[in-house]
Amino acid sequence: MSRRVPPALLVPALVATALSLAPVAYLVVRAAERPDAALGVLLRPRTAELALRSLGLAATVTAACLVVGVSLAWLVVRTDLPGRRVWGALAALPLAVPSYVAAYTWIAAFPDISGFWGSVLVLTLCTYPYVYLPVAAALSRLDPALEEVSLSLGRGRAAVVLRQLRPSAAAGALLVAMYALAEFGAVSIMRFDVFTTQIYTSYRAAFDRTPAAVLGLVLVVVTFVVVLAEARTRGRAAYALRGTPARRRVAVRTWKAPVLAWAGLVAALAVGFPLVSIGFWLVTGTSRGLDLDTLASATAATLGVSGAGALLTAALAVPVGVLAARHRGGLARFVERAAYVAHALPGIVIALSLVFFAVRYAYPIYQQWPLLVLAYAVLFLPAAVGAVRASVLQSPPVLEEVARSLGQSATGALRRVTLPLALPGVLAGTALVFLTAMKELPATLLLRPTGADTLATRLWTETGSGSYAAAAPYAALLMVLAAVPGFMLGRRET
Amino acid sequence: MSLRRLLAAASILLVSATAAACGSSSGTAEPAASGSAKPDAGADALVVYSGRNEKLVSPLLDKLKAATGRDVQVRYGDSAELAAQILEEGERTRADLFFSQDAGALGALSKQGLLAPVAQPSLDKVSEKYRGTDWVGVSGRSRVLVYDPRAVQTPPKSVFELTDAKWRGKVAWAPTNASFQAFVTGLRVLKGDAAAKDWLDGMKANETQTFKSNAEILDAVDAGKIQVGLINHYYWYAKTAEKGSIPSKLAFLPGGDPGALVNVAGVGVLKTTKHAEAAQKAVDYLLSADAQQYFAKTTKEYPLAAGVEADQGLPKLDTLTGPAIDLAKLESLEQTLKLLQDTGVV
Repeated sequence: MSRRVPPALLVPALVATALSLAPVAYLVVRAAERPDAALGVLLRPRTAELALRSLGLAATVTAACLVVGVSLAWLVVRTDLPGRRVWGALAALPLAVPSYVAAYTWIAAFPDISGFWGSVLVLTLCTYPYVYLPVAAALSRLDPALEEVSLSLGRGRAAVVLRQLRPSAAAGALLVAMYALAEFGAVSIMRFDVFTTQIYTSYRAAFDRTPAAVLGLVLVVVTFVVVLAEARTRGRAAYALRGTPARRRVAVRTWKAPVLAWAGLVAALAVGFPLVSIGFWLVTGTSRGLDLDTLASATAATLGVSGAGALLTAALAVPVGVLAARHRGGLARFVERAAYVAHALPGIVIALSLVFFAVRYAYPIYQQWPLLVLAYAVLFLPAAVGAVRASVLQSPPVLEEVARSLGQSATGALRRVTLPLALPGVLAGTALVFLTAMKELPATLLLRPTGADTLATRLWTETGSGSYAAAAPYAALLMVLAAVPGFMLGRRET
Repeated sequence: MSLRRLLAAASILLVSATAAACGSSSGTAEPAASGSAKPDAGADALVVYSGRNEKLVSPLLDKLKAATGRDVQVRYGDSAELAAQILEEGERTRADLFFSQDAGALGALSKQGLLAPVAQPSLDKVSEKYRGTDWVGVSGRSRVLVYDPRAVQTPPKSVFELTDAKWRGKVAWAPTNASFQAFVTGLRVLKGDAAAKDWLDGMKANETQTFKSNAEILDAVDAGKIQVGLINHYYWYAKTAEKGSIPSKLAFLPGGDPGALVNVAGVGVLKTTKHAEAAQKAVDYLLSADAQQYFAKTTKEYPLAAGVEADQGLPKLDTLTGPAIDLAKLESLEQTLKLLQDTGVV
């Protein structure tokens, strides 16, 4: 299907690519300013050591997320687990918990948890839904006939199921790995030094942008390698499904107690624990008094800018996702991978790159909401691209061929066949970006209009002065608001 | 998930996006949280980039409008991140005034020639120790040792004692904290890189406990988990004011010990400002008795302008025997960072 790419797809896809690559261009400019210093940073043993620490963390978190995400998805979608609709909804909810809040609640309750394993715990609990959601979606669309065949050949069920899940699990794992590489807030609360900590430190302690730029470029290269590895894993499997399979659920029988305990444990740690902690702060901190005007304006700003960010991201993700799913060849591959390369960069790097470009070429929107909306699109494009791509792949291409044969143009077939079929995936991706943008802090701090606040920046202000009780209402409201799209994402897959 | 629910979700998004579009099309911010800045004040407002926390300084910055005769907009952030932002903005920065948590961030902007000279009469209010020519300190903080008197009868008299086997595993520091790094820079400037490296190696070998912040160290000492910690003085006074009394005690190190470094929060005017006069008035307000009292009473820092006394209970600023050091040199944090990295402390 390497037809010519219609301009309706190509133009917005190239815009998305330019946006995604802008931070990389900025890093190259800054790193090239002082080549000697740049080389020095690159060759420092500490750089390699931190890269290994980051990769170790990302690999461990990804593995843990695969175990948690795949097991929960299978239990919810393919077994007669009691209360599986509730478990399904709960399984996506950790997306609503900002990782820095989760890290803080854990370290406040268990100070000894800090370090590598504390970071693994918090990041796993916060990001396993990135694996759970696509795997649950894929499981609910698997053709049971394949399993019957495998069983009849004496090969067992697991082999064929796992093989079919590979593309969706790999896509989720990729997002988790990049999240773990880019994370700063949670790991710094856990006092575990990684690559991003080093980037922050070189801004904060040395006021020097060259080392930070070099380290950022190293992250870009690492990400590129991870993206290539993921592409190899998922291969070019076409797994379009014709018709809805009749599903038969596996009976959990004697395993009921342990599997219920497992689902309950994950929900308790990932959702229950932060909620109880925040609730405790709310109760103990009521005397602090709450400025309702501030809360209301921060809420309105959060919903507005995250909503606009989600819509723009979706608008850019659709052409990139369709290209990735329906077209082969260098251009489609380049456009898709470009969306990912900047994704492991910490928020401050993305923010500074947008400062760099905006003061030069877009001064009127500098420190205005539209620039922040644009930043969210750069930051969260890959999550939406993944969702769009998967849903397009699941609609059979033959339908588009039919539309073409009936006289539709390429654009017409796209508009009247492909997009309507991919709509659930597009909306899921939009919801995912919406809730992720609500929690975003570093870029929001640098790019928001002067004097304006979102819930995340208020949370930062309150905790910065040490008053966790005063921060609790903002944390609670943020989690409740983000839980709405999170809940819908979870319900969709059960 | 039914189509109806999907459409409901989409309409929620659309409504919120419209709200955002309205917000941005008028080209203004949402109403400011503290009421310190009217969003429509526009281009004529004095813009302050503040690296100090809003909860701490907004009552003070709210008074700038009366002091300068202009609307004031405040942009809060981390000091170093705001400095990076100003460096990135260059000549097109919207900042008129930079209010920094530490001298280092001001030094970095000064070094790039981004700050305008401060008027001499304002500079003269503050001891030369605590200012440059294009920035001026407005409040000071001393490095101190906090110790647990239940376990420690005689506190150490110097940070160099802490590498002794007697203190193995009993001392806490916060190596990623900016104040700690400024202290290490002071140590390097005063005693040389080799001595600083020896001290860091010795502390590391002595199993010094790593914490993220001064506040966490103080809590750990009060909880009896740690016997001695390296922190800033005002954490102890603020916590004491909040709780009435706490178990730990402070030791201000004598004899010019590097562990008694006095660092400052300060302010500088951007060279590119179009409101130089108002900016200068703002600097003067921050050095006025009114503002200096605020630092003494509320943040428990040392007022730096002549004539205003520190809060009760604090040793007087001129009795502190901190090391004699040029605070502008604390800007050489890059080497400190390298040292901290080479010794594996961060």
